[in-house]
Amino acid sequence: MNQFFTVDVLTVTIASGIALATPFLLAALGETIGQRSGVLNLGVDGIMLLAAFATYYVALKTGNLLLAVLAGAGTGAIMGVVTALVSVTLKAEQGISGIGIYLFGLGFSALLFQKLVGTPLPIATLPPVGIPLLESIPLIGGMFFKQSLLVYLAYLLVPVVAFVLNRTTYGLKIRAVGENPAAADSLGVSVARIRWSTVILGCTFAGLAGASLLMYGGIFQVNLTQSEGFIAVALVYFGAWRPVGVMAGSLLYGLVGVVILTWKSLGIIPLSASDLAATAPAVLTVLALLFLARRFRQPAALGKPYEREG
Amino acid sequence: MSERESTELTGAPVADGRGEWARFLLTWFALPSALVIALLIGGVMMLVLGANPITGYVALVKGAFGGSYALSSTAIQAVPLLLVGVGICIAFRASVFNIGGEGQIAMGGLAGAATALAVPDLPNFVLIPLVLLAGAAGGAAWGAIPGIFKARLNVNEILSTIMLNLVAVQVMNYLLAGPMVDQSPDSVGGLIPETKVLPANSLLPILVKGTQLHLGVPIAVIVAICVYVLLWRTSFGFQIRSVGLSRRASAYAGMPVRRTITMAMTLSGAMCGLAGAILVFGSISHRMVTDGSLTGFTGSAGFNGIVVALFGGLNPLWTIVSAFFFGGLIVGGSSLQVATGVPSDLVTTLSGIVVVLVVSLEYLRRRARAQSSALAGPRVASPPPRPRRDPPLAVSEGGDR
Repeated sequence: MNQFFTVDVLTVTIASGIALATPFLLAALGETIGQRSGVLNLGVDGIMLLAAFATYYVALKTGNLLLAVLAGAGTGAIMGVVTALVSVTLKAEQGISGIGIYLFGLGFSALLFQKLVGTPLPIATLPPVGIPLLESIPLIGGMFFKQSLLVYLAYLLVPVVAFVLNRTTYGLKIRAVGENPAAADSLGVSVARIRWSTVILGCTFAGLAGASLLMYGGIFQVNLTQSEGFIAVALVYFGAWRPVGVMAGSLLYGLVGVVILTWKSLGIIPLSASDLAATAPAVLTVLALLFLARRFRQPAALGKPYEREG
Repeated sequence: MSERESTELTGAPVADGRGEWARFLLTWFALPSALVIALLIGGVMMLVLGANPITGYVALVKGAFGGSYALSSTAIQAVPLLLVGVGICIAFRASVFNIGGEGQIAMGGLAGAATALAVPDLPNFVLIPLVLLAGAAGGAAWGAIPGIFKARLNVNEILSTIMLNLVAVQVMNYLLAGPMVDQSPDSVGGLIPETKVLPANSLLPILVKGTQLHLGVPIAVIVAICVYVLLWRTSFGFQIRSVGLSRRASAYAGMPVRRTITMAMTLSGAMCGLAGAILVFGSISHRMVTDGSLTGFTGSAGFNGIVVALFGGLNPLWTIVSAFFFGGLIVGGSSLQVATGVPSDLVTTLSGIVVVLVVSLEYLRRRARAQSSALAGPRVASPPPRPRRDPPLAVSEGGDR
């Protein structure tokens, strides 16, 4: 245990925990926006997979990382159009259509990967960028301020999304459409238009999440996400539909994941027990759901397609 | 199927012009057209990837249904899909979404394997039923948890089942690499996460020599028929469907809504658990093995079972047909890969497209219905109220989700 509590190990652990939490955070923030407007998107995992592949493929072929990340975000946006069409316009049952999108993403990303790439080669990942002054703070600098740009972007988006949801007209419309679409409709807010926009935005975030996941490891493999997208959906409930709560949940997942990996490599816990320890975040999330289900209410229209009466 | 029932309930379908025609088309051709569209999209994908779609599909059909060996492989592949599918039928009919099939399958497999390793010396006519029941019990326990959470605490079952999948995969990895690992030298001394070779008495006997067709196939079909009887010929099944249609009305009629939800989820889990046990005891390796992911053991049956059940119209009897069909797609996918070089993941991709299309067409179907009844309305003296069809897809009506 002693070799874990050294400055170096702790710094690296926390720094990579923050980086590992980034895909969760981006995907869950996007899901939050969609759910606040009443749309449950269960296809996040599939969208992340497709975006991660797009990022990987573009990076592999062009070597341009900015272009690669944009390709990931763009893939997310395209899948957002599909999701919005199915969930909003065609009013499909969202719990099931999301599974369809997931299966599509899982299958199609694997198909393209095996057909277009075959043998995986690692790509260069986004370099860490130190923030001047802040990075030279002892301890904290190494933990928080030597991350890649995508990581900074994700955490910057937390206050931005909170501000948009709570302090802008657009955010008010999103919440109105998610709580009482009939009332919003009667006041002239286009329920469909708001939901289309939130779904596309949310899926773009999911695309960025896929890109950041790819950038964390630098290599694509079949089913790269290992259900991270589903966890992101759960984190929205965990965070009670608030960006800050979602961030707390993401950090929990990222840090616990890295701590277990570190412990495993340092031999603090035996290999087999690490599997059991890895259930901790999921068990914690289920327990959190139990308690939060009573204290926080989900958006009233969540998962319910809106149909005008009469 | 359910369409036929609703006509039984409402009397003969009202003859009408365009609306009725559209409704007829959408009702009887919605599922097949979803499939045709998906296959066309798959064809385009193959073209883009530089393969001949006709060669591909011919290879797929031959690989899945050409000859007794292919047919038996398809039947084997269909078994977990069918069992998960009928489990999904039960849950979705009660308007609870069981996305936790993957975890329930793993738990069933573990419970079955542990039982067989604990009492290996029983004769096979005792041991086989015992391990299958143990599997069902393992899955049932894993399904009961979200069921109780849903019924008592109103915890969203989609989330709790997804989370329990994540717990299940780690429990499986822990057990197969730790307490249940094969320590003997032929498994490199416990380095591979797999159980010992299971006792021969516990393995499902092969029914037709020269094929892989084992006892699991007839068992799955019989179970599916039993579930059909349960859902449509018993008062408990009526309760499940009634709760699925409207929780409030069922409570008003004096039905135990919470208990029904818990039971539906538990039964659904039991079906998945049985699927897991059959996967273990019908496996070629005669062990339970993991590659560290759920998919490695389940072959995504927990998710594909949803596709199969939806495609079977959430009716266990049609689910038999649909499971056989999708089992064929999976088996044929490998032949397609061999013939054209297009990876067999194409099948997963197409399954996803089928799901999206089925649930999307459902809305058009509902709308055609509404239009045709509006058109028919004035002509009939007192049109009987039409019951809502396919409760799970109209679940937003279900009440307090």
